[in-house]
Amino acid sequence: MIRARILHGGEARGRVLALDAPLSFWGAFDPRSGEIIDIHHPQCGSCITGTILMMRETRGSGTAPGGMAEAIRLGTAPSAIILVKPDINLAIGAEVAETLFGKTCPVLAVTAADYAELARHAALAISGDGKITPLQRDSFPD
Amino acid sequence: MSLALDDRDRACLDGEHGPAMRLAMRLVLKAAGILGARELIPVSFAHIDACFYSGEAHVDFAQYLLDHGAKLSIPAWTNNGVVSLTDPDIRPETSDPQMVKGARKLMQLYEKLGCRPVWTCAPYQLPGGPQFGDQIVAGESNAVSFYNAVIGARTNKYGDYLDVACALIGKAPYAGLHRDEGRRGRLLIRTEAVPDDWKAENIFYHLLGHHVGKLSGQAIPVITGLPPQETADSLKALAAAAASAGGVEMWHAVGVTPEAATKDDAFQGHAPERVFEVTPHSLAQARRDLTSAKDGPLDMVALGTPHFSLTEFERLVPLVTGRKAKPGLALYVSTSRHIRDEAAKRGWIAELEAFGATVIADTCTYYSPAVRQCRGRIMTNAAKWAYYAPGMLGVEVCFGSLSECVESAVRGEVWRDPQLWANGL
Repeated sequence: MIRARILHGGEARGRVLALDAPLSFWGAFDPRSGEIIDIHHPQCGSCITGTILMMRETRGSGTAPGGMAEAIRLGTAPSAIILVKPDINLAIGAEVAETLFGKTCPVLAVTAADYAELARHAALAISGDGKITPLQRDSFPD
Repeated sequence: MSLALDDRDRACLDGEHGPAMRLAMRLVLKAAGILGARELIPVSFAHIDACFYSGEAHVDFAQYLLDHGAKLSIPAWTNNGVVSLTDPDIRPETSDPQMVKGARKLMQLYEKLGCRPVWTCAPYQLPGGPQFGDQIVAGESNAVSFYNAVIGARTNKYGDYLDVACALIGKAPYAGLHRDEGRRGRLLIRTEAVPDDWKAENIFYHLLGHHVGKLSGQAIPVITGLPPQETADSLKALAAAAASAGGVEMWHAVGVTPEAATKDDAFQGHAPERVFEVTPHSLAQARRDLTSAKDGPLDMVALGTPHFSLTEFERLVPLVTGRKAKPGLALYVSTSRHIRDEAAKRGWIAELEAFGATVIADTCTYYSPAVRQCRGRIMTNAAKWAYYAPGMLGVEVCFGSLSECVESAVRGEVWRDPQLWANGL
């Protein structure tokens, strides 16, 4: 079990998608499909919907809160996002979506060492107080 | 760590001023918590970026604020919209009806909320804006860079929703570039090896900005060797290019920008962490970076990113007077409605239209539906446009000086000024 810093709180479970490069939530990801569309991103074409999305940091865009809120509104957002470098934009987008749409996406930050440990697992569960626990992959078939 | 709140902050948080102000306060406090800020400081001005349509959630947010008692605490001016509200033909409903409808609705909602509808990415070119030392809120990357560096007003780069929230509450987390120590220069970028006659050219500042952005990332650069500036146009070019190529939010130019009377001021008495020397070769590299197409027949010319200033119009008009762009070639100049009105009073818009140019207000050519259909080879004098357009519009870009752009528009193909490039740039 690892305890994370809560940027936006909530419970979530899902299979892990660990990104090899930072992702911008505006322009690089399509909230209508949930897919990474930036052709320069190594995981272009991957769908982030419903995953525990892990990336060390985001790619900055002032419009990212809108991309996050729009994805949550449309149901294409990840189940949760785990970062190393805290990100205001994703947390703001999650807060707005929770108020407006009654749905959310927890956003957490962990240390680099904890990140490396968590990224080894196939699936994770997140509790409302920021605890992150590994799950068996079979509970989340692709 | 607890954050000091005054009575009004607490009342907003408790919902006494309605759900919209409660949401705004929660957003400001969330940002303060993530930044580790110990206090909120009053801000006196906001440049709002959330009026730029990126999906229906943006419209829902503005509508929620309007429906739930939101009230601005400070003057808030609007950034570009996706569409133009002043020119119906610059928002062709057929290109993407849902986006155009949503974008227009969003812009109208922010007007109803009480924002001043200036619709410009260069609000610092309008009278009555922030002054040196003012604590403000901005989100548009070139405006953040210009306000911080050239005006000496203080802002972090605020993302959408948080910008509006700060304008409603009238406060921002006291962190980052709002604080003296957050504005300290880190990198020294020397331009002494660049010939002085290059520094008299506007295009030099676009190229330097691009190069500085690549070198700096998000660190604060201190540039030395720049001459005093007669207008703000070249500093605007530098600010915008450094922000788009690297994410630069603050920079100093020694002897030029207001917090850098001396190198020591800019570094606040510390030594630079790294030193870079700008050479003609590095500027030539920046020019190659900004050009994705070979020279050849031209389909469009795009000027005005960030929005054209009055002094830029003054420079452009003599270049086009008595001439005509090649028929069929589109030449757009983007600006604000305020500057366009000022230029029209001087007869400049009529001269540009006689040349074959279209002067558009409220929006920008690199995302406007007006130019979505445009394909082929496009020339621009703006490093920021050249940086974004290949990805956003799927077009090929040739970067050049203002006079190269005009001459190319007349000829219908890319023309290079032998004087400008002869010495290796």
